[in-house]
This record gives sequence, structure tokens and C-alpha cells, in this order.
Amino acid sequence: MKLARLIWVGLVFRVKELTRSGLFVFTAVIEPLIFATLTYYLFNAGSKPETVIYSALGAGMMGIWTSTLFASGGAISWQRWQGTLELLVASPPPFLLVIFPLTLGSATIGLYSLTATLAWERLVFGLPFDPVHLGQFVLAVPMLIFALGALGLVLATSFVLYRNANALSNMLEFPVWLATGVIVPLSLLPGWTSWIGWTLSPTWGFRALRNSVFGGDVWGPIGLSLALSTAYFAIAWVLMGIFERRARERATLSLV
Amino acid sequence: MTSLRVFTVGGYLSFRALFNWQSPGYYLTTMLAHPVFQILFFSYLGRFSGTQSDAYFVVGNGIQVSAMAGVYGMALTVGGERWTNTLGSLLATPANRAALFLGRAVPNVGNGVIVSAFGLLVGRLLLDFHPAVSSVPAIALLVLLCTVTCCAFGMTVGALGLRFRDVFMIANPAYFIMLLLCGVNVPLDRLPGWMSTIGSGLPLTHGIAAARVVAGGGSLGSVSTLIWKEVAVGAAWTVAAYVLLRVFEAEGRRRATLEVM
Repeated sequence: MKLARLIWVGLVFRVKELTRSGLFVFTAVIEPLIFATLTYYLFNAGSKPETVIYSALGAGMMGIWTSTLFASGGAISWQRWQGTLELLVASPPPFLLVIFPLTLGSATIGLYSLTATLAWERLVFGLPFDPVHLGQFVLAVPMLIFALGALGLVLATSFVLYRNANALSNMLEFPVWLATGVIVPLSLLPGWTSWIGWTLSPTWGFRALRNSVFGGDVWGPIGLSLALSTAYFAIAWVLMGIFERRARERATLSLV
Repeated sequence: MTSLRVFTVGGYLSFRALFNWQSPGYYLTTMLAHPVFQILFFSYLGRFSGTQSDAYFVVGNGIQVSAMAGVYGMALTVGGERWTNTLGSLLATPANRAALFLGRAVPNVGNGVIVSAFGLLVGRLLLDFHPAVSSVPAIALLVLLCTVTCCAFGMTVGALGLRFRDVFMIANPAYFIMLLLCGVNVPLDRLPGWMSTIGSGLPLTHGIAAARVVAGGGSLGSVSTLIWKEVAVGAAWTVAAYVLLRVFEAEGRRRATLEVM
């Protein structure tokens, strides 16, 4: 019960905190709209106009990852800047369980991106949005958020030890878009990149969401996404233990 | 002489302060890896959409990534002063303002050229982009021109950082708008008229178009009109930046907001 409360309170707090950040809401909404517009005109100019609708959903999913990436990475950096990181680490619950709702909240904010993009393409470009499996679409969205939150959690662990870990998040936007096949099919990429994509839980989360909209198996990708997300959680648990101990030994938690 | 010192030493120190130099990884990931992945992403997106060749996207994005230095770098030279609470002190000095801000542009121009050159080189190695060796000097010249005009635009964004508390509110959309409106990924004639009109007034648009012609075997002379347009756009943004810097500096003093976070 205490665990559920911890996660719920952390999640709600994070969503409220990010929603009050003008910069973050602006980034979560405006940047995906620019990409949605770009992909719309790009695919319209191409030789495969039937892919326009495919790109529309892809642009929305790209926005979710952008939001997750910057907010998850920032989850610990912001605590560090505000001087609350030491207090959180010293609090009784395992630190991972304090941070997890923060990364989950960051991924939840990605819903702004998805909603804004889909609404933009419906209202401005007249692209229809009629999911083939509406019920499974509703289920696939939280599964994707969980997958992104878990990946964000693994990333966030590095921020405990490394003050400059945001350098990592600066470069991960495009590679994850590519590796997860969010808009470019994995079959177009060099074969070895598929292996990377298959180990990323958002790959399956995106696939579940896409299949729920355009048709195809949804349950398989959801299962794989859940399994990988659970594995990420275990990896993050181990990493956080190591990084937290090292950060305490080196007394770097309060360094900005 | 003092202005020359402000121009060179001030610009050098400001550029150094942009990065956490104790961690070279920051430069590698932000200024080299991110642009490379951008080029790869849009090239593969182009293949999937069936619009243009790899060369189209490599040249477009390879030059646009100079905005990492031109827009973000220049914006942060002002925004960074605010965050470190040195903006008020800086503007309290009697230093020549043109030397002060133009000096900060020079290292960013150099950095932008490095970023673009690296992006184009990786595009050459990993994608289907094979310009003739003889076209490389002309492409380099166009990259330099585009980086200069981009820094002028970035200086304008930085000037807005005197007025708005978070310069990233302007720098982020400015960078991504360039991807859409400057003919980087979508040909201007495929955009609505009002979008391509805006794009014509932004830096990079004409320079990228010229670089594509040159990379395809054309001479610099054949794109002289485009080059002069790019020069004119850059000059206009430089004037706009200087005027805005002075106006917002005066307004910041009057409203006592230069140190507001």
C-alpha cells in the first residue's frame, strides 16, 4: 500500500511539476507539431503517398520519446540543481522507487505530444484517425508509457553518478527514433541495427500502438514490451545500487 | 584596441564557457554525435518516403547542423550570462557592444564549420553521397557562408534571451523550424506559399540550395544569385540582432530584469 502511494504521489507530483514548466510543455507540444508538419509534407512529396497516415502516428510517437528522454534525464539533474537530491537519496524508501514515478510521469507527459500531434493532423491536414482496435489502442498507450518510463529509469541511473550525463540524453533522440522503427521501418536499416531495436522495449510498445491503429497483432508486442520493461527495472535496480553507493563514497550528490 | 581585445578574448572565453570542458564527452555527444544521427535519421526517412536521394538529405542536414553552434551556441552566449548571474555585470561595462557580441560569434562560426564538415564527412562514408573532390572547396565555402548567416540568426535569438527568461523557449523551435522551412528536408516548392516565403527569409535556405547544385557538379558561378541572397539574408539578420540587442539591453536596464531568472 505504501509502495502504491509512493508511486502514485510521485507520478502526480511529476506530472504537475512538468505541466507548470512553460519550456517543457512548449517542447512537448510545439516540437512534435513541427515534426508532424515536416513528415506530412515530406511523405506527401514522396512516391509513396499511402505512407502519409503511417507517418502521422509515427510523428506522435516520436514526440513521446522526446518528452520522456529530456524529462527522465532531467528528473535527477533538477533534483541536484534544487539541492533535494541528497534528501531523496537519504529518505527511507529505496531510491529507485522514488525515481521510478518521476520517469513514469515524464513518459506520461508524452501524452501531450501524442494528443497534440494527432489532433493537429486531424484538424489541419484532415488525416483520419480511426484505430482498427480501439480497445487495444487504449491499452497499448499505457503499456508504451510504462516501456518508456522503464527505459528512462535506466538512463536516469547514470545521472546519479555523472553530473554531465545529460550529454548522453542530448544525443539519444534520433538514435532511438531510428532503432525502434518509430517511423522508419527497421527493415530499411542495416541488419545489425535490428538487434538493437529488438532489445529496446519501446520498439515493441510502438509496434503494439501501430498495430492497434492499422491492424495486426497487438498482444505479442505488448507482452514483449512488458517483459523487457521488467528486465530494465531489474537492470536499473542493480545499476542504481552501484551508482548510489559510489556517489555517496565520492560525495558528489550535492555537486552541481 | 580595447574593442579588439573584447572581440577576441571575450569571444574566446565565452565560447569556452559554453561547454563543460572538463568533460570532452559533452562536446562529442552534443556537437558531433547528435548531428550525425540527425543526418542518418532524415536520410533513412527520405529513403522510406521515396522523396529525394541520400545526397539531398546529407547536404541539407549536413549544413543545417551548423545551427547547433550557430543558434544554440549564440543563444547561450547571452542565456548563459543570465544563468551565471553575470549578464548585469557584462552589460554594465562600457565595452563596445558590436565587439562584445560579434566577438562571441567568431568561435561559434568556427565550431559550426567543424560540426558541418564532420556531418558531411560521415554522410560521405555511410550514405550514398559522393560529391566530386573538385567540388569540396566550393562546398566548404558555402558551409562557411551558411554558418556565418546562421550565427547572425542565432545572435537574434540570443538577443531575445535578453527579453525572455529562458532562451531555449526560442532557440529550440528556431532550430527545428529551420528543418521544416529552409528546404533542409522538404523542397520549398512542396510547402505552402507562406511557409516557403518565410523560409526564403531564413538563413541556410539559399546556401543549402546552392550547395546542392555545387555538390551535383555545378560551379560557384552558376549559383551566384543564391549566394548573394544568402549574404543579404545574413546581413539583414545581423542588423536585426544588433538593433534588438541594444533595444532589449536598454529595456532590461529600465525594467531591472537583466538578472531575473
